[in-house]
Amino acid sequence: MSNENPNDLKYTKTHEWVRDNGDSTVTVGITEHAQELLGDVVYVELPEVEASLSAEENCGVIESVKAASDMYAPLDGEVTEVNEELDSEPELINTAPFGEGWIFTMKLTSEDALTELMDADEYEAFCQE
Amino acid sequence: MTKSSQSVKPQRTPLYNKHLDANGKMVDFAGWEMPINYGSQVQEHKQVRTDAGMFDVSHMVVLDLNGDKTKAFLRYLLANDVAKLKENGKALYSGMLNHDGGVIDDLIVYFIAEDFYRVVVNAATREKDLKWISQHADTYEVTIKERSDLSMIAVQGPNSREKVHSFLHAETEQKLSNLDVFFGLEIDDYFYARTGYTGEDGYEIMIPNEKVSEYWDKLISSGVKPIGLGARDTLRLEAGMNLYGTDMDESVSPLAAAMAWTIAWEPDDRDFIGRKALEIEKEKGPQFKLVGLILEDKGVLRGHQKVITEHGEGEITSGSFSPTLGQSIALARIPAAAKDKCHVEIRGKHLAAKIVKPQFVRNGKSVI
Repeated sequence: MSNENPNDLKYTKTHEWVRDNGDSTVTVGITEHAQELLGDVVYVELPEVEASLSAEENCGVIESVKAASDMYAPLDGEVTEVNEELDSEPELINTAPFGEGWIFTMKLTSEDALTELMDADEYEAFCQE
Repeated sequence: MTKSSQSVKPQRTPLYNKHLDANGKMVDFAGWEMPINYGSQVQEHKQVRTDAGMFDVSHMVVLDLNGDKTKAFLRYLLANDVAKLKENGKALYSGMLNHDGGVIDDLIVYFIAEDFYRVVVNAATREKDLKWISQHADTYEVTIKERSDLSMIAVQGPNSREKVHSFLHAETEQKLSNLDVFFGLEIDDYFYARTGYTGEDGYEIMIPNEKVSEYWDKLISSGVKPIGLGARDTLRLEAGMNLYGTDMDESVSPLAAAMAWTIAWEPDDRDFIGRKALEIEKEKGPQFKLVGLILEDKGVLRGHQKVITEHGEGEITSGSFSPTLGQSIALARIPAAAKDKCHVEIRGKHLAAKIVKPQFVRNGKSVI
């Protein structure tokens, strides 16, 4: 299996991806692998803007036709923006998980924490386990 | 919806390799390795509502009942009355109840001849059904033959019959064109029934195991797409059809499972298993009923969520997102007096839902 996960992103064990925006904020979504497991997404319960989150805290729910699946904050920080498009087009998570299907952005408490996450190769290996 | 039974190695239907060829994602369902989807559940759902799709339902159990007293036996065994079946091939949906009036299984029975009825029961309930049926068949001298030599494909959707007919001999096609809804017909080694579990027109076709792969290929060639168990569940939910083990079981009476229409009270001297218990319940007035719910707020209804009404609490038995309506729908067991509006508790929040008759979609269209 080829590595479908972009090299410029970081990854969590709960299948979120994290993009470093270079201004101490990150964009968060779920991976191709995660959307594949979920199947057709029909509803996303987004976190609230300005919500203060701790790493690994439950911060939303993605509902597919099949089941409800929790979403977790990748790192400590505060939610700065959520993808309102997902309200009317939740399927963006299936069609463009690394792009238009992004879920929220957050301002990190500490940028150094990014190094704690997996890179694309590590995540790929993790998925194969 | 997937229930794994024990840790035995799952069985495979004769179409197993066809599912793999079609990229079926295989899961364990009632001890069978079956396709949950072949890609997108929602697309498969829409395929059936707008065109034609097919399901491998070979795991279901076909039983042939023979003997002079078969009719009398089934009139005792089932809550619905096979005496209603006057024309050859006519089908009947019924609950098979225990003495307390609880549903052991729901099934379809076809009247083939005075001394020959064919019954189709659920895969997950095979052992207990066989045991129950055999146990009561003895005194009626009815022989029960399990037709594990037959596979079954359900072809469903507005264009399904046309597509099936396209590759059949003219003579067979002619016979099928005249087949009415809810009738079955044996043609050579095949049995065609104009029945289904989706709310669409179509056939459930019983095919000898050794011929089923070839038949599947013909269906593929005529444009019928394979559909997985996932879409089967959302299709039947939209159609308001119960799923055994989820919407009802042995602890639930047909009166509390939207199956009152399947109880034949007349003639009142017909003794059937469960009748006495049902009569007492009917006299008292059933406390619960099975209804449909439509979520008005955003979210997705799921089985076991709590339903709050003005008359007390109930529970969702099955829920999902309806691809046809673009909203979440459910079947729920709630206090009999409740109507119009209710709330459903989802992750601590109370979301508004509308109480409706348990049927949402028929022949591709909303009936809400």
